Amino acid sequence: MLYREAGQFKTTYVADQQIFPILQDRIFVLAVIVAAFLAVPMFASPYLYTEILIPFLILSLAAIGLNILVGYCGQVSLGTGGFMAVGAYAAYNLWLRVPELNNLIVVFLFGGLMAAAVGILFGIPSLRIKGFYLAVATLASQFFLDWLFARVKWLTNYTPSGSVAVGNLSVFGWKIETPADRYLLILGLVVVATVVAKNLVRGHIGRSWMAIRDMDIAAEIVGFRPLRTKLTAFAVSSFFIGVAGAMWAFLRLGAWEPLAFDINRSFQILFMVIIGGLGSLLGSFLGAAFIVLMPILLNQLPGWFGIRMSTALLSHLEFMVFGAMIVFFLIVEPHGLARLWAVAKEKLRLWPFPH
Amino acid sequence: MTTRLRSFPDVLLSVENISLSFGGVKALTDISFDIAKGEIRAIIGPNGAGKSSMLNCINGFYHPQQGAITYKGVRRSQMKPHEAAEQGIARTFQNIALFRGMSTLDNIMTGRNLRMKTGLFWQALHIGPAQREEIEHRKAVERIIDFLEIQHIRKAPVGQLPYGLQKRVELGRALAAEPELLLLDEPMAGMNIEEKQDMCRFILDVNDEFGTTICLIEHDMGVVMDISDRVVVLDYGKKIGDGVPDEVRGNEAVVAAYLGVSH
Amino acid sequence: MLGAFLETLIGGLLTGVLYSLVALGFVLIFKASGVFNFAQGAMVLFAALTIARLSGEIDNKEVHLANFVVAAAILGLAVALIGWYAWREFVARGGGPDERRKMQILAAVGALVGGIAAYSYGKGAWPIWLAIAATAAIMGLLAYAIERLVLRHLVNQEGIILFMATLGIANFLDGFGQTLWGSDIYKINLGLPKDPIFLFEAVFPGGLLVDPGELVAAAIAAGLVVVLAIFFQKTRVGRALRAVADDHAAAQSVGIPLNTIWLIVWTVSGLVALAAGLIWGAKLGVQFSISLIALKALPVLILGGFTSVPGAIVGGLIIGAGEKLSEVFLAPILVKAFDLAGGGIENWFAYMLALVFLLFRPQGLFGERIIERV
Repeated sequence: MLYREAGQFKTTYVADQQIFPILQDRIFVLAVIVAAFLAVPMFASPYLYTEILIPFLILSLAAIGLNILVGYCGQVSLGTGGFMAVGAYAAYNLWLRVPELNNLIVVFLFGGLMAAAVGILFGIPSLRIKGFYLAVATLASQFFLDWLFARVKWLTNYTPSGSVAVGNLSVFGWKIETPADRYLLILGLVVVATVVAKNLVRGHIGRSWMAIRDMDIAAEIVGFRPLRTKLTAFAVSSFFIGVAGAMWAFLRLGAWEPLAFDINRSFQILFMVIIGGLGSLLGSFLGAAFIVLMPILLNQLPGWFGIRMSTALLSHLEFMVFGAMIVFFLIVEPHGLARLWAVAKEKLRLWPFPH
Repeated sequence: MTTRLRSFPDVLLSVENISLSFGGVKALTDISFDIAKGEIRAIIGPNGAGKSSMLNCINGFYHPQQGAITYKGVRRSQMKPHEAAEQGIARTFQNIALFRGMSTLDNIMTGRNLRMKTGLFWQALHIGPAQREEIEHRKAVERIIDFLEIQHIRKAPVGQLPYGLQKRVELGRALAAEPELLLLDEPMAGMNIEEKQDMCRFILDVNDEFGTTICLIEHDMGVVMDISDRVVVLDYGKKIGDGVPDEVRGNEAVVAAYLGVSH
Repeated sequence: MLGAFLETLIGGLLTGVLYSLVALGFVLIFKASGVFNFAQGAMVLFAALTIARLSGEIDNKEVHLANFVVAAAILGLAVALIGWYAWREFVARGGGPDERRKMQILAAVGALVGGIAAYSYGKGAWPIWLAIAATAAIMGLLAYAIERLVLRHLVNQEGIILFMATLGIANFLDGFGQTLWGSDIYKINLGLPKDPIFLFEAVFPGGLLVDPGELVAAAIAAGLVVVLAIFFQKTRVGRALRAVADDHAAAQSVGIPLNTIWLIVWTVSGLVALAAGLIWGAKLGVQFSISLIALKALPVLILGGFTSVPGAIVGGLIIGAGEKLSEVFLAPILVKAFDLAGGGIENWFAYMLALVFLLFRPQGLFGERIIERV
């Protein structure tokens, strides 16, 4: 009954083009953001920060990046992990080699920009290669970048093990030390990035991506330049993914090696996008939440029933359940959690009437 | 049946000796004709005559092996589709080519994309120039939506619209570009009488009000003879007739190839 | 120098035949259903594990007992589900003699699988031919389960959704295989000759060193490739497969049963996976990394085309040879020039090779030029 847009008339195009045209949605989203900034730090434990909230937020950002490419522009990519690695190592090298800078925002932006540059480079084949051919071609970037960071010693500052570490981080003088600091920084960046992503997809650039996705031939005849449009999508997508990679390395891991960004990471992010919903920013968050929470739940579940299992068996079972759930989910709702959410909202709008 | 006799002094586009083949299959052989500024030009012919291929050549989707196309005084042997769009050529398709995942409004907005210039930075912020631009073009699109009487489906995803409305949205998208030359590929295929009448009205209005030159492919001879100023007839990739509707109607080759058998 | 080059080339080509085999599994499924089956690698691993555990000695019973209980429960559940589906259909159709026979076959296969599971844990150490035959039956059952439980519910979905579903299947199979059979490194003993042989001793000093095991394996793979090519081109089923590949709806409308066709292709590519698993397992031992050879076969696909059988064969050879040659001759140069921490370029070289090739010929080696229409 509370969720009705009746009586909310739009008298200007500005009002009609808002991100959330319905008043209740605006209030709800604002409340969630305020709670995330103010309420969560009051009760959250370090475990909640490091194992749930921080991974959830960072991977959401990566999923938003991938969703721009796959969901909005229709170019399937399996190279997400590689682009995250570019962001992470570019940020690391800037942080390492220009110590006077020591500002995470600048470092992350640099990571994002480098990833965008590499993204453009590996996006060039998309002009001639389509569909699954492109998906496989993006694996080339994944394997090449994996190799690059494992083998080129300069990039990892000649550390013998190839593993690198960062510390003593700050943003404009604000020292990032506790998990709560890290969480707040990430939250702030993710909120800003989400607004930027939303603005892009609702403007003419977003429309150009969707046009290419829905029918590339017609898009070209309408006047979109296919290569430029696709490369913009690759660049923007890789920028977000690169920033997410840098954040993952600096704020989640602290010390890492190339393995942190291998092909499994690519698949993980792709799962988030598909389960969350292709072409939906909300879906990116829902998908990330699902993928972050499910393994934790699966690990806890046997314990709750008093069953003890070997870790190897547990990990195999996790594989199985995970795989089965993906398949089950795709069968039940191929358009993802975002669609379920939309359906629920529609029901709520009409409630308590059935139609 | 009344034939509209109007005169058009200026040539907008002329096609010279176009030949197009796919592998060994000849789609078009040595076709020449012109389209005058402001007229409604029809291309007719039996199925497989090469009509759609002809449009595809005009807007740069196919590149003919021989011949050239002169458009607005510039002679080209080929150009890219987006270049054609930039030059003011818009078109609709035989099998609807809308962006199915987008709303009616967004689809028509894509027609304005060539006029939207704000870069990534302002788009990301969506304030200032980006917002002003969006609203200015939204106004233009709303005028087209009013003109085509599709206000009620403004926010509906086009994939779920009935066929006739999709055709109308596609026309809207082409009109949004404010083209000088509008290519319509079977705009009335699969429509019932009322929908056809609506579509005819829209085409005539576009031609009258905006002075848009129109080149259309159509199978309904009644419609073609009624609304077009001149007609080109193709058969097996060759031109077999060209002239005002009455001339074409009297042309024996045309009657034999097409009119006599199908209507 | 020439001798070393030829040795590397031969080694690369022999590996390439195996890539062809795995790529062929992809091609079969893509051709007949438009599904980009990422689970092919997992199927190879599963088949290899099954053969290895059925034919090998069981050394550590206690560790695997718990696994066995869980695995048996899951297998039982899967069989029960299939049975339930089949039964529902049986009842819905009113149950003709055909259906009854299908049910009987199903029951027989189920019993066989149960028997194998039980027997293998009782004794293990089956003769290799029996292990292979049993694994073939299991792969058939697997194909049936995939068709019944997954594909049938995803008809008419977009390619990417089906692709994701196969990623799910891959995850499931990786977990299932290891839960069922354990995750140790196993050996498959095919009784292949081990001593290296030397060819062309007259031409090159010392001759060319070739591993006879690889030679035999490549011969088996080559034989399979030929059989499959004939199967596709000459038999009635092959013709139906090609019809389905061209157009699902049209094939259905002329009376080709889509579901049966899918079942056949998945079974066939399961058998191809079995062959690949057998050969790889015999060569390198059975372990989790086997499922990654699917990734090695992917450049073959973009090189040869997703739908071309000859493309998979030739592409596999090119990739196999290119990979080895680049590792032996190009990597040291790169390492020296850029001061790298080791070579290892074979992981991406094949991809780059395929990519560069595609830029010049987007339709792949054997694909036809696509005429786009609007």
